[in-house]
Amino acid sequence: MDIRSIETELRGLMIAGLAGDAAAHRALLERLSGQLRAYFKGQLNRIGRGPVEAEDLVQEVLIAIHTRRHTYDRSQPFTPWMYAIARYKFLDYLRRTKVSAADVPIDEVPELAVHDDSAHVESSLDLKKLLAELSPRARQTIQYVKLDGLSVREAAARSGMSESAVKVSVHRGLKALARLIREEKRS
Amino acid sequence: MKTDRLIDMLSTNLEPIKEGRLKGTLVWALVVGGAAAFCLMLTTVGLRTGVAEGYLPGYVALKLLFTLSLIGVGAALLDRLMRPGQDGRKLFAFVFLPFFIVICAGVASLVFGQPMAWGRMIFGMQWATCLLCIPLFAVVPFAALIWALRKGAPTNLTRTGAIAGLVAGALGATAYAFHCPDDSVPFIAIWYGTLVALCGAVGAMLGPRLLRW
Repeated sequence: MDIRSIETELRGLMIAGLAGDAAAHRALLERLSGQLRAYFKGQLNRIGRGPVEAEDLVQEVLIAIHTRRHTYDRSQPFTPWMYAIARYKFLDYLRRTKVSAADVPIDEVPELAVHDDSAHVESSLDLKKLLAELSPRARQTIQYVKLDGLSVREAAARSGMSESAVKVSVHRGLKALARLIREEKRS
Repeated sequence: MKTDRLIDMLSTNLEPIKEGRLKGTLVWALVVGGAAAFCLMLTTVGLRTGVAEGYLPGYVALKLLFTLSLIGVGAALLDRLMRPGQDGRKLFAFVFLPFFIVICAGVASLVFGQPMAWGRMIFGMQWATCLLCIPLFAVVPFAALIWALRKGAPTNLTRTGAIAGLVAGALGATAYAFHCPDDSVPFIAIWYGTLVALCGAVGAMLGPRLLRW
């Protein structure tokens, strides 16, 4: 498959996901995790870091892509949006871990878009531990809606919150999770 | 954690995203910031003669032309800068255009004016008030813009901060223009131009700290 048809496919999945199609969103994230893994492994290899760090970054970027998906403009190509997030998170990682960005030539052109890489390692992140650090409310709604797969209505009934409060709480919780992951990796 | 598990979690109970929400946030910040700056102007220095009587003197219109064109270009740029993968490179040059024009016009009016009047044209009556008010009026708009930009995902934090500062400064200057009694083009070029640019420089410094995500 060439880059152009990959772009068309990913963009289609993204737009469907934005419209609320969960299967398309899952397919998109699965495809992207392969691409991102290849990208980060290549980048980290040059500074002597291993696949666990690459997996951490893959997950951080997936969460960023998910929680910031409202910043994607449906009239624009998808790949530059996705790689801009990946590069931003990579540069942020370098800054956090005190590696000079000058030492690492970052690929401007996402030539790796055609490569794919499947997961063999787990990230160093412990979801249970991270969830424990969230506020009780966010932890509970994420548990209900995102892990147990309850509908928003069911979660609202169980937790005694309104449906919109559940939605807001889940969204904030995911963002807080992304923040925790960043902090975890700094220490 | 396995990445598959994360993907499961993220795609469970997916919420649809409404189009144009981000743009709405930005417009909201501009309106709230601008209104706050205007109210602050009313309660501190008040309207100038002419505006208070209900008409728009030519010099006020000229000042507004400068500040509103900056706000227009700046807001269009922010709308791009808060989205990854769009750097608004083509638009960026247009930010400098209002400055360039007002500086040229200022120099021209000094050259064609009488040297005797230069002091008055440059310093006017209230240069010190201007110096104080524009940055002061820009504070709330800047906070509102940063709030809006944090809802987006800017990837060039220095540049985004600079444009946010510039737009906030221009909003402050817009509010001040309704008070400003100094009617000369060199005054606009020097005081308005410098102060708005200064707000942009402060924004560029604060951007990386305030906009990280």
